[in-house]
Amino acid sequence: MKLKKNIATSETGFIFNPATGDSFTANALATEILQLLKQDRSPADIKTLLLNRYDVEPNQLEKDWDDLVAQLRDHQLLD
Amino acid sequence: MKQRYERPLIKKLSAGPLNKFGARTEAQPVPDIDGAPVKELLRAFGSPLFVLSEKQLRRNYQLAVRAFRTRYPRVQFAWSYKTNYLNAVCRVFHQEGAWAEVVSGFEYEKALLNGVPGPQIIFNGPGKSRAELQRACELDSVIHLDHFDELYELLDLAASLPRRPRVAVRVNLDAGVYPQWDRFGFNLENGQAWNAIGRIVGSGRLELVGLHCHLGTYLLTTKPYGVAAQKLADLAWSCRTQLNTPIQYLDLGGGFPSTNTLKGAYLPGTDTAPGIDEFAEVIADTLQRAGFRQDELPLLILEAGRLLVDDAGYLLGTVLATKRLADGRRATILDFGVNVLFTSFWYDHKISPAGDFSQHTEDTVLFGPLCMNIDVLRDSVNLPLLNRGDQVVVHKVGAYNMTQWMQFITLRPAVVLLDEQGRPHRIRQAETLDYLQQLEEVPAHLGPHPPAPSPKERGSQPSATTTPG
Amino acid sequence: MSATADHRPRYVIGVTGLNAIDSPGPGVAVIRALRESPDFAVRIIGLSYEALEPGIYMHELVDKTYQLPYPSAGTQVLLERLGEIHEREGLDVIIPNFDAELPNFVRLASRLAALGIRTFLPTLEQLEARDKLNLRAFGEAHGLLVPRQRLLHRADELAAAADELGYPLVVKGRFYDAVVAHTLEQARKAFHQISAKWGLPVIAQEFVQGHEINVAALGDGTGRTLSAVPMRKLYITDKGKAWAGITLEDETLLQLARRFVAGTQWRGGCELEIMRTADGRPYILEINPRFPAWIYLTAAAGQNQPAALVRLALGLPTEPWTQYAVGRMFIRYAWDLITDNHEFHQISAFGEL
Repeated sequence: MKLKKNIATSETGFIFNPATGDSFTANALATEILQLLKQDRSPADIKTLLLNRYDVEPNQLEKDWDDLVAQLRDHQLLD
Repeated sequence: MKQRYERPLIKKLSAGPLNKFGARTEAQPVPDIDGAPVKELLRAFGSPLFVLSEKQLRRNYQLAVRAFRTRYPRVQFAWSYKTNYLNAVCRVFHQEGAWAEVVSGFEYEKALLNGVPGPQIIFNGPGKSRAELQRACELDSVIHLDHFDELYELLDLAASLPRRPRVAVRVNLDAGVYPQWDRFGFNLENGQAWNAIGRIVGSGRLELVGLHCHLGTYLLTTKPYGVAAQKLADLAWSCRTQLNTPIQYLDLGGGFPSTNTLKGAYLPGTDTAPGIDEFAEVIADTLQRAGFRQDELPLLILEAGRLLVDDAGYLLGTVLATKRLADGRRATILDFGVNVLFTSFWYDHKISPAGDFSQHTEDTVLFGPLCMNIDVLRDSVNLPLLNRGDQVVVHKVGAYNMTQWMQFITLRPAVVLLDEQGRPHRIRQAETLDYLQQLEEVPAHLGPHPPAPSPKERGSQPSATTTPG
Repeated sequence: MSATADHRPRYVIGVTGLNAIDSPGPGVAVIRALRESPDFAVRIIGLSYEALEPGIYMHELVDKTYQLPYPSAGTQVLLERLGEIHEREGLDVIIPNFDAELPNFVRLASRLAALGIRTFLPTLEQLEARDKLNLRAFGEAHGLLVPRQRLLHRADELAAAADELGYPLVVKGRFYDAVVAHTLEQARKAFHQISAKWGLPVIAQEFVQGHEINVAALGDGTGRTLSAVPMRKLYITDKGKAWAGITLEDETLLQLARRFVAGTQWRGGCELEIMRTADGRPYILEINPRFPAWIYLTAAAGQNQPAALVRLALGLPTEPWTQYAVGRMFIRYAWDLITDNHEFHQISAFGEL
């Protein structure tokens, strides 16, 4: 899973897709995940990191991860 | 120590034109009701759970009575049973001084069991049986006549009664309300009501004590009550001057709104619903100026229901699941449906999370747990990011839900009354399968049996999975 | 920066209706007029509902913008938001310009005044009196010509209404939309479309032929008209908005405005939409309870109504105007304003710019 190369993300949670002209806001966790994806970390890697860092059950994270991926795909932010 | 988790969310920034219905923010958490924590209530009594605040019930009643009594000397409230006839609720209002207003034989018996004396029960409605009429007459309740068939039935009945039954005439009239509720009672403008009054007085067998009208429901303007009060007062004058029959009371019914927001309304009910003081002002002012001498002003009866109970009721529940719909919308499934929260067909109920959340919110559709397409509690509401297990509070559900709820697919939940100290008392148990099946009867030849194999399977080679054990 | 000292008082004024789009809100025109007042200097606080209202990005007109909650969220949420803004900006006056938000601001007027924020608005009763549903009765009570109308709750009431009012028949929504129907079939179709969108009742109104004239007026709340400027629409867009207009000299129109203001003791700005028939009779089609989008023309013609409204709100003495320039024209134009998407991000995500 790869974020499109030219997607601009900011630390304050803005995402801009220069190919479509769409802008988005992200909450803190989505912002963090996007930053990690941009660093080419693997999904498995990122999930392990999040499980260590946040108070969340693996099942819940798995479900929310899939939902985020669906959102990213919906908004044409993935390669 | 791990950090607090909130599921990841991205939101597209859009900027359409100003539309008719913008997002409403209802994200303020409501962790307790009258000091009783939502979490504790759900743990103790199960989820979902109706909660009623005794403090609020009494407060509403006292405010309503004060609104009228400070403007008019003789006022009596009659609790509208159909709005919420849980005995505990009725008894709170009876303790406060309310009579009972019932619209069926079953409600009538309930009022008696709650200790209301016969003369303080008003018997309304288009569907009273001869036996019910007879019982009400014997106990000296007031029968509010709805149609000529009932009037003739009662005249017939009265012939064999030792005492003249007390009656009032329900009148429907044009007060500028649409739709005009002309299906109940006798029409004023076409002379039907006067005709009925003439029959009653002329018969000598019935005692005409009151005139009654009920304009409609959830009226958001006070003006029609002034028109109705004027027309009833004029009619009472005619009774006195032309028939020599003074009218003892005028019953202006109910129909006062709570502060719920009606579906399709642009502004929230908290801003648009007139307060009870405004209604009282119009009604009292009209009657005071109707020409009665101060010492002969008729008693003013009011049958407020929703106004007294709606905002004292809460429905607590739990998120069962969240999912994303085909068009990308978020959906949240709760553990109560439209069968329990019947009023979600009429209102955009305010719903709050019970727990704390960040400032991030999303639009979601709220579904109930029923496997039925109509089970939609809110088409779109802006809420924090809810997860399975999170608890929510629905506001202003005290009116009509605990009477119109239906057992359908799921069982009806328990109801708790928080007393004035905030202590919970269960006033109705959650339904059980046993309770539900008490009334069912099964013919002997339909004993419990596993499903028979279909005819096709009977002829073929039975497999291990289809053979009954 | 101006080098010469400005001794004028400086007021912080919040203005809504920054949507200067093809069916424009009046906010930008109001601000332009305020900035031309010789009596006072202003800091303008834009109050917006949507992130793409052009006024938000017009930094030479609007000093700072804050998003407001939608009117449908109600007064409590609005009061909290205005309280926050007031703490940072010290608002002296707010001029709301949207029909939909007016009831909320009217309900909050006394609580805003307690915070030190002044408004100059009609009362709820005044709003109600000129509502489309009540306008005919209002006209009858005050001797104003209003087209005959019937309120319809069911489609089968259309035939009787058409018998009474004749064709063509105007079928109108209670909030917006109007369709001219020439047959019962067309009227039925319009009834269903309009009732689906705007609810019941639907209004059936007598069709009046003529040319459209608008009057912008300002009432001081005691029945006195401080200003009234009539404008004939010269060019009308497909949304029915004036694209160009010209000020008129016509005593009957001024009298009409004065009669309305006196009859209601109107408080604040308003716009009378008038259809003048060939024989000269002025029918009032609608009365908007706020300034129109072309309000800058009143300033250009010598009667700066927005500036006068600020004086009224602040309780300063204000005298009626007697003169305005006749033959003054406005021609509306579109202009592509350029900005960077960080401004858009800023207003959409943080609600201020």
